[in-house]
Amino acid sequence: MGMIQVDGLTKYFDAKRAVDGISFSVARGEVLGFLGPNGAGKSTTMRMITGFIPPSEGSVSVGGFDMVKNPIPAKRLIGYLPENAPAYTDMTVHGFLDFAAELRGLRGDAKKRAVHRAVEMCFLESVLHQSVETLSKGYRHRTCFAQAIIHDPDVLILDEPTDGLDPNQKYEVRNLIRRMGEKKAIIFSTHILEEVDAVCTRAIIIERGKIVANGTPSELRQKSELAGAVTLRVKGATSATVSTKLHQIPQARRVTVLEEKSDAVMVRVFPKINAADGELARAVGVAARDWQIEQLQIEEGRLDEVFRNLTMPDTKELTK
Amino acid sequence: MNAIANIKTIAKRELSAYFTSPLAYVFIVIFLLLNGFFTFMVGGFFERGQASLTESFFTWHPWFYLFLVPAVGMRLWAEERRVGTLELLLTMPITSWQAITGKFLASWLFLALALALTFPLVITVNYLGRPDNGVILCGYIGSWLMAGAYLAVSCITSALTRSQVVSFIIAVVICLFLILAGFTPVIRLLSTWAGAGLVNVVAACSVITHFNNFEKGVLDSRDLIFFLSLIVFSLFATAVILRSHRAG
Repeated sequence: MGMIQVDGLTKYFDAKRAVDGISFSVARGEVLGFLGPNGAGKSTTMRMITGFIPPSEGSVSVGGFDMVKNPIPAKRLIGYLPENAPAYTDMTVHGFLDFAAELRGLRGDAKKRAVHRAVEMCFLESVLHQSVETLSKGYRHRTCFAQAIIHDPDVLILDEPTDGLDPNQKYEVRNLIRRMGEKKAIIFSTHILEEVDAVCTRAIIIERGKIVANGTPSELRQKSELAGAVTLRVKGATSATVSTKLHQIPQARRVTVLEEKSDAVMVRVFPKINAADGELARAVGVAARDWQIEQLQIEEGRLDEVFRNLTMPDTKELTK
Repeated sequence: MNAIANIKTIAKRELSAYFTSPLAYVFIVIFLLLNGFFTFMVGGFFERGQASLTESFFTWHPWFYLFLVPAVGMRLWAEERRVGTLELLLTMPITSWQAITGKFLASWLFLALALALTFPLVITVNYLGRPDNGVILCGYIGSWLMAGAYLAVSCITSALTRSQVVSFIIAVVICLFLILAGFTPVIRLLSTWAGAGLVNVVAACSVITHFNNFEKGVLDSRDLIFFLSLIVFSLFATAVILRSHRAG
């Protein structure tokens, strides 16, 4: 059983179903990426996991403690970075972290060490005695992040942890998440698909409150139409001859011409759904024996395409 | 005890929040100026020739608090909700009761401080004559309890909305009702058409009726229970409101 266990989690806001029967679990050592378009129910799900809002149906347990029946020990295990990284603006960074450490039950030397450690991990030394109100967005974000990790929790819930950071800070935060992910169970939500590759061991895509995909980043990429497709550039041949020949390959589902110039042509062959790995590429190699090949590559599949396909209904409505 | 440590942590933060903003200083200055002005100029402290603070000093407090206490209480929850720190606070390993109590106690202590700073009046009246200091102490206790009752009402209105202004206005209206229900002209008006029983029930809901006893130096358990139960009830209502917001 995982550190975080979510079963049939459902949330109604009036009649609207914001989250609709979500179930998953996260074990120690896993970093789960939470993807989905705006309004898909990511933040609502995270708020239920952290015990901020009660679920309408279903249950959440953290470290074996039920979040509704036994919230205090469950909350003790969690560090939470809410969306938009709120912090008390009238406090200094140090005062704020001190306050968070005290609510986590840390006192005296242990508290001092915890604050020091969090400050170091989040690079906050230079603003330690500055009021939160005067901080730039990046620093404020990291201050709230520091609050989440101050008690070295077993479970981290991070709602868009890299939102509003500059590229260097994003890089730092991703490294931090990956490093901590080795020993903790982490859930984080993001819009940025490259982050999934950089950080996650597993990703969940949710759309309209339901899970539409759940797997490792490479498994998700396999769902892409592009996955396993072969792109090749042939010199001194016309598109007609090339496509006719490639069409005859039994594993090929479709051939498209990407680019046609007087001296060269670029085509892409898509595999049939159940074609085994590399089978299409070998067949293309055989078919192309006599051609002058300038470039040949096997496509890996793209997450953004998978994401778009799975969460398409929204975009379709927008373009109508 | 864990609960007490949590309440203390929250109260400490809340109290320091008052003093990092100008609000605390503005409040204290206005409160002291009003007290000085009304006691000496309007209340006729010297003209009375009595070594007492009842008529000249305490009698104004229900009216001062009407505006000043909602100003102290308006930010308690409205600000947390507006900034989003409520989410942080309520996902900490504390109960919402501890948060509510801690915040309330901090504001109440702040009001106690403001009230305590009127001590020069006590010295003055002791210098000029021989007042019954027991009555004065009783008046202070009553005044502080009344401030607590107003404050607890302000907690409710603060939890109701994200806007401090709205919270302030609603709190003033409710507190005004708590005053007027026992205000002599209102009672006289009421008794022209209502029976004595109803008049008594309405008057019993008023802070003035109960505060008057404290002013006179009468420490009646009924008055004590009135204020304390008003506070407990209001804090309970605050908890219910906060809970219903989260339930969506």
